[in-house]
Amino acid sequence: MQHHHFTPGEWEALANDPEFVALLRARRRFIIPLTIFFLLFYLALPAGIALAPGVMNRAVFESLSVANLFGFAQIIVAWGLLALYMREARSFDKRAQALVERAAAEFAK
Amino acid sequence: MTQATLVMFAVFVAMALVITYWASGRSASRRGFYTAHREITGIQTGWAIAGDYMSATSFLGITGLIAFYGYDGFMYAIGWLVAYLTVLFLLAEPLRNTGRYTVADVIAFRLRGRGVRAIAACTTLIITLFYMVAQMVGAGSLINLLIQRISETYAIIVVGLLMVIYVLFGGMLATTWVQIIKAGLLLASSIVLSVAVLAHFHFSLFALRDAAMAAPAGGHTIDLLKTGLLFSGRFGGIEVFSLSLALVLGTAGLPHILMRFFTVPTANAARISVGWAMALIGVFYFLTTIMGLGAGTIVGQHDIGKHLRDTQAIRYIVRHPEDAARLNPELARNGYIVPQKNTNLAAPLLADSVGGPLLTAFVAAAAFATILAVVAGLTIAAASAFAHDIWYSLIRTEEGSDREHIFVARGTAIVIGFIAIACSVGLRTVNVAFLVGLAFSVAASTNAPALILALTWRRFSRTGAICGMLAGLISSLALIAASPDVMGERAIFPLHNPGIVSIPLGFLAAFVGTLLARDPESEAVFNQLQVRANTGIGAEV
Repeated sequence: MQHHHFTPGEWEALANDPEFVALLRARRRFIIPLTIFFLLFYLALPAGIALAPGVMNRAVFESLSVANLFGFAQIIVAWGLLALYMREARSFDKRAQALVERAAAEFAK
Repeated sequence: MTQATLVMFAVFVAMALVITYWASGRSASRRGFYTAHREITGIQTGWAIAGDYMSATSFLGITGLIAFYGYDGFMYAIGWLVAYLTVLFLLAEPLRNTGRYTVADVIAFRLRGRGVRAIAACTTLIITLFYMVAQMVGAGSLINLLIQRISETYAIIVVGLLMVIYVLFGGMLATTWVQIIKAGLLLASSIVLSVAVLAHFHFSLFALRDAAMAAPAGGHTIDLLKTGLLFSGRFGGIEVFSLSLALVLGTAGLPHILMRFFTVPTANAARISVGWAMALIGVFYFLTTIMGLGAGTIVGQHDIGKHLRDTQAIRYIVRHPEDAARLNPELARNGYIVPQKNTNLAAPLLADSVGGPLLTAFVAAAAFATILAVVAGLTIAAASAFAHDIWYSLIRTEEGSDREHIFVARGTAIVIGFIAIACSVGLRTVNVAFLVGLAFSVAASTNAPALILALTWRRFSRTGAICGMLAGLISSLALIAASPDVMGERAIFPLHNPGIVSIPLGFLAAFVGTLLARDPESEAVFNQLQVRANTGIGAEV
């Protein structure tokens, strides 16, 4: 596989392969919402501090404020999203691997 | 204490030299020098990335910022950790699959053109220089604190020379292993220090919280858990948002982090490395928070930044400021450091308060190791940007031999080292987390938009990339130059962090440039890029 030099036509063929197109779509459907969610969740913290400092500094639990708890939640949520991504990515890897093997067999002919 | 510190410094330097000697034989080729033959595993790279991140900035800078400004300092830590999600979701695997030696490789693969590569290489050099100066300023304060006969200036020069030696002979392999060992060392010392802080509060987080809510600050107390201690005033809210934006996107443009994805064998390993890095960094920031609050409450702001052994004299001056003018010159003549607020020293001073001289020596040695290792990684990123992207792709435009390549890369390392030393001496009293914040602003406005768009947007064109990177670079640098940090009270731009303006500007210019000039050639490469990025076909091995 590594020594095979692809022609532009072969790259195009791979890019238009139905399985590859499906893989790309599945990846996008997973990653785009995830990215939007984490950016909004993260930026909500500085936005809250900027726009509503009174609310953010209100003590809600054991004299910890909303900002304190939200800050720690950021770390926990980041770890959660990491775990989610790691789990999902393995299935993408498998599909990509199958594609690579099939392409190798085809181009060897 | 000085002796214990010196011994520990020496042990680490010697250990790093041994690694460098071992690695030097394997770094004779370009692949070896820049990417360690792509043989570093995911877990090793994860530790190395964590090591890159647990820099002087995190360890000294964040601990200091939390000690002084509490929650607002913690905001840096949150942003830096969350930033890895950007890297993981958008960049880690595609970069490993499409890149060769440098970040500019990936951008230039998608947008074939000399201009794009030249600008990407220049932004890389500027970002690494900012980051390097921050580390070396940290080294200066630290060594000067512990061994007062060595001035900050000499300390910076020594660190600069040592790291040039590591990079010259060891290449990426030595840099990575020095980083891994150091990450372990630093994590260990943070754990010890945090346990010592908790022990001080009889292992009660509530007691720590109560103390933090009434931390001593020279005559009165402050609540470190409240927001707004650092980001205050009319523009405080915009400031914190601007900083957060730069932090969350900045890592996606940091060359010394991204280049680690060129050293792993598979996309899966790249992903695993980010996973390990996020786990380690998250734990580290929990520890940093404990250390920062500990320093703010146990040591107290007033005593941070003052010399350990002269606290008596300094306390006297603090109580009798009217005598300062008379006493300061006398103290300085006797080799004492005249007290000044230096937020970078919270961690070692905390170690002195809760653990004593031996722990201080250990913590200082760990911090020193950190600085050496991180600066070495940055130097490699800069050297490859110049040698591979500028010299061989743009000036000589031919494939030189491996020997020549490495000769140029080593020459660059030396020159960069000297520039960094000169800048660091000039900026030696600025907070290091703040300096790195600036590096993040530039990275988030230049490399990050270009990389993200190159990998995801089919129509993205050469003109777009050039406009985007130039707009991001010029606006972020100009706004820093016009900020209160540079211009003082007559600042034209009211914010310390330019991200809120320069990041959208970088993206906007990239969009406008793309819409103005279509680029069929680059669009044609997009399909190939997507196949490569998502399957790893045709990747460097």
